[in-house]
Amino acid sequence: MAKDFGIGASSKRREDKRFLTGTGRYTDDMNKPGQAYVHFLRSDMASGRINGIDIAAAEAAPGVIKVFTSRDFEAVGGVPCGWQVTDRHGEPMKEPKHPVLAEGFVRHVGDPIAAVVAETRAQARDAAELIEVDLEELPAVVNLRAAVSGGTAVHPEAPDNLCYDWDFPAESKDAVDEAIRNAHHVTVLELVNNRLVANPMEPRAAIGEYDAADDQHTLWTTSQNPHVIRLLMGAFVLGIPEHKLRVVAPDVGGGFGSKIYHYAEEAFVTLAAKVLNRPVKWTSDRGEAFMSDAHGRDHVCKVELAMDAEGHFLALRSTTLANMGAYLSTFAPCIPTWLHGTLLAGNYKTPLIFTNVRAVFTNTVPVDAYRGAGRPEATYLIERTVDKAAREMGIDPAELRRRNFITQFPYQTPVAVEYDSGDYNATLDKVLEGSDRAGFEARKAESASRGKLRGYGLAHYIEACGIAPSSLVGALGARAGLYEAATVRVNPTGSISVFTGSHSHGQGHETTFAQVVADMLGVPEDSIDIVHGDTNRVPFGMGTYGSRSLAVGGSAIVKSVDKIVAKAKKIAAHLLEAAESDITFENGQFSVQGTDKSLAWGEVCLAAYVPHKYPIETLEPGLEETSFYDPANFTYPSGAYACEVEVDPETGKVEVLSFTAADDFGNVVNPMIVEGQVHGGLAQGLGQALMEGCVYDENGQLITASFMDYAMPLAKDLPSFTVDNSACTPCTHNPLGVKGCGEAGAIGSPPALVNAVLDALSDYGIAHIDMPLTPSKVWAAIDAARPAAAAE
Amino acid sequence: MEMTGETVIRAPRGDVWSALNDPDVLKACIPGCERLEKTSPTDMEADVTQKVGPVKARFKGAVTLEDIVEGESYRLVGEGKGGAAGFAKGGAHVRLSDHDEGTLLSYEAEARVGGKLAQLGSRLIDGFARKMADEFFATFKAQVEGPPSAETAAAITDADTDASNAASTEDTAAREPAMAGAAPESKSWIRKIFS
Repeated sequence: MAKDFGIGASSKRREDKRFLTGTGRYTDDMNKPGQAYVHFLRSDMASGRINGIDIAAAEAAPGVIKVFTSRDFEAVGGVPCGWQVTDRHGEPMKEPKHPVLAEGFVRHVGDPIAAVVAETRAQARDAAELIEVDLEELPAVVNLRAAVSGGTAVHPEAPDNLCYDWDFPAESKDAVDEAIRNAHHVTVLELVNNRLVANPMEPRAAIGEYDAADDQHTLWTTSQNPHVIRLLMGAFVLGIPEHKLRVVAPDVGGGFGSKIYHYAEEAFVTLAAKVLNRPVKWTSDRGEAFMSDAHGRDHVCKVELAMDAEGHFLALRSTTLANMGAYLSTFAPCIPTWLHGTLLAGNYKTPLIFTNVRAVFTNTVPVDAYRGAGRPEATYLIERTVDKAAREMGIDPAELRRRNFITQFPYQTPVAVEYDSGDYNATLDKVLEGSDRAGFEARKAESASRGKLRGYGLAHYIEACGIAPSSLVGALGARAGLYEAATVRVNPTGSISVFTGSHSHGQGHETTFAQVVADMLGVPEDSIDIVHGDTNRVPFGMGTYGSRSLAVGGSAIVKSVDKIVAKAKKIAAHLLEAAESDITFENGQFSVQGTDKSLAWGEVCLAAYVPHKYPIETLEPGLEETSFYDPANFTYPSGAYACEVEVDPETGKVEVLSFTAADDFGNVVNPMIVEGQVHGGLAQGLGQALMEGCVYDENGQLITASFMDYAMPLAKDLPSFTVDNSACTPCTHNPLGVKGCGEAGAIGSPPALVNAVLDALSDYGIAHIDMPLTPSKVWAAIDAARPAAAAE
Repeated sequence: MEMTGETVIRAPRGDVWSALNDPDVLKACIPGCERLEKTSPTDMEADVTQKVGPVKARFKGAVTLEDIVEGESYRLVGEGKGGAAGFAKGGAHVRLSDHDEGTLLSYEAEARVGGKLAQLGSRLIDGFARKMADEFFATFKAQVEGPPSAETAAAITDADTDASNAASTEDTAAREPAMAGAAPESKSWIRKIFS
């Protein structure tokens, strides 16, 4: 029977009340007394030399308070990168400075050149038009392959445009080469993982405040991790110590990775507020978001999969060009390396794996993590290649997968990570059943009778979530630990405030985390408040990304609750005049084993704060505990996805008829929220596969910079999803046994859809079409294949 | 984008050449041109207001004439800055040759845009440039020949211009306003249907 509260209950999201009634508090909803507005003048060229900036007319314009240029930022640092990758020669990656405002050169369309602060937003905008920039256009580096073929350099310190050239695992290279040379069959696939724009519903915004009386800075910002912003901006950019800098990320309307990073605009408003001694506010408009939010994906890959005659995988080799954009965003270098190379085993026991990744600077917006971050790229290249291999070997795609599945856990992959648990056959069984694979041929025939091509596509995925063991990521180049912190404060009457370092920007933490605490303490969920997003209230935090909140942040809360219970038992033992070891705690009652003596939760809490009868010599009053939880391993959610499509051969239009997901997220706290997360991820993954694509022209102009040209999936583009998470193998190393569900949908769905479309087109012998599978691309592929199909 | 075209102007080559170098004629021919001043024999400054799709902007431009072969050809290179709307850059190689009916003017032009124009208007830019060129030469022809009947000008413009860019030849939107300069009241495609 479904539970009605605590772990396992589909409790309604308490945060939705304010979101649905318009009472959420987003950064742009806030206005501070005396607030001024900033408008950034951004480069309209992809690459150029700034020969001069004349701000006189703009400074004289109505309402203008000050016009800032890079000169005003000479004393501060650049926007830092949070991860250092070491290349195959043992050299650190190239890390060119990323100034707050462009210094001498602009390097992408949208690079901020100057900033106008004025009394109103309109005045700031108007005045920006009066700034005369003598910008000399330089050749732009746009195409990845061209970027590494010599010629123009984005940064002088990287003449070949390489941030790094990375081999992994370096020692496997020769063995992989040899296995591929000697294999019965090698499936080869070249593919592009298309560049995406995250497009959260709420554009970024930031307000800087400064209190001169106590030299206190406050930054209100649309961030997924306020403490990380405080660390990066305080320590590396502006030189403000933590105790003088408060960062608040209030309600945030989606991030999908794009709000992890520290952005120049945040540093700008924080510094400008001090310079001008008044609050300064910035709100991105949608067009600005397209050219200033970090983009995602953008890989060009070649994959080779070696097999024996029975289709057993012998070796996998991939080479990837990964776009970094013009500057290194906070986590950019680790996405194509440690979040991509380490996942190349997928769900399979391929014994030998080698990858080379070259990270490339181009005159485009910085590229960083986007929902899935590296793992969708790995999954896509594996699952597309496996599907192609099945076709070439004449083996059913499901059977080829089964033949190669990892079935023994824990499993040490040849790419560093060790999977703790999983059951890939179980999720495959679920998805084949849920999608009625058995009835597909009949449905295909029915489609054919209407002149439509029906296809069925499978994909498996594995991801490394619950990011991440600090000592491990430190060894891999992270410049921070990736633990999480939580304080549980039990108030005198027994109500509870939980202060978590995880940040909720759509995930429903206020509900889920309350369920966990309620379940552990046997108290009502509504007696628990979840506080997040404020560095002055929460002790510390590394934030929300990489499906880590419940696995890492939730585990920190569990640790604190465990400490609370341990202390409360001591208090109860004293009050009940019993031995501590005889005290049991269940359903909110402290009882002496084997007696009818008991105390309610609230009575013990009150005693902690009114310690009249209290073991004061050995126990401090109060009931509040803080914990830091550093995970022992990543978590490894996995799953099987099936997609069924119909292609109209006359138009190339792909219709997604059904999508079935069978995920293993470990234990599930709130099934409704998990289902919602999967739905959102699937929508984004199918968006990538079907329609989304960020395009620059050959001069580096961003030509998909609005929703007119960048197609976001709409409800009409998607089927009703079938989601199952009953094939569950709990995580073995965190207290909740949870794995994380935030990214799965976006990771596993693109290859399932592309495999389905290529299955539909199998009579045409089309081996591959790069995403997005727009009608024009599909039609062109069909058209090009027609003579061949007709001749057969 | 790139485009080529040619048109026959019923006037002596010398007159056509003079007109091509006359700022007043050019100002009258450039659609949306509010100001055009010669700052040297080969340099001009211009203010042009134009709308590309959703983006309307006033461009401050500089135009330079290069590779001048007197009476025969020149290269016209221009760049306009439209503030928040972005920028447009382009060039045209214009050649004159003798023709039975007067002078044959042929051109090869290229244009590109940046900033908001590219972000919001890139799908429209080919058609827009085609339209600008058509309008320019229709008006230019009218200026040099003296006002013709609308029918003749339409026939010549439609028949003589030929875009190398496949997209823009198929783009009826590009051709539709071709008569805007010479006969702003009528639409050439309507006339085609009813003629």
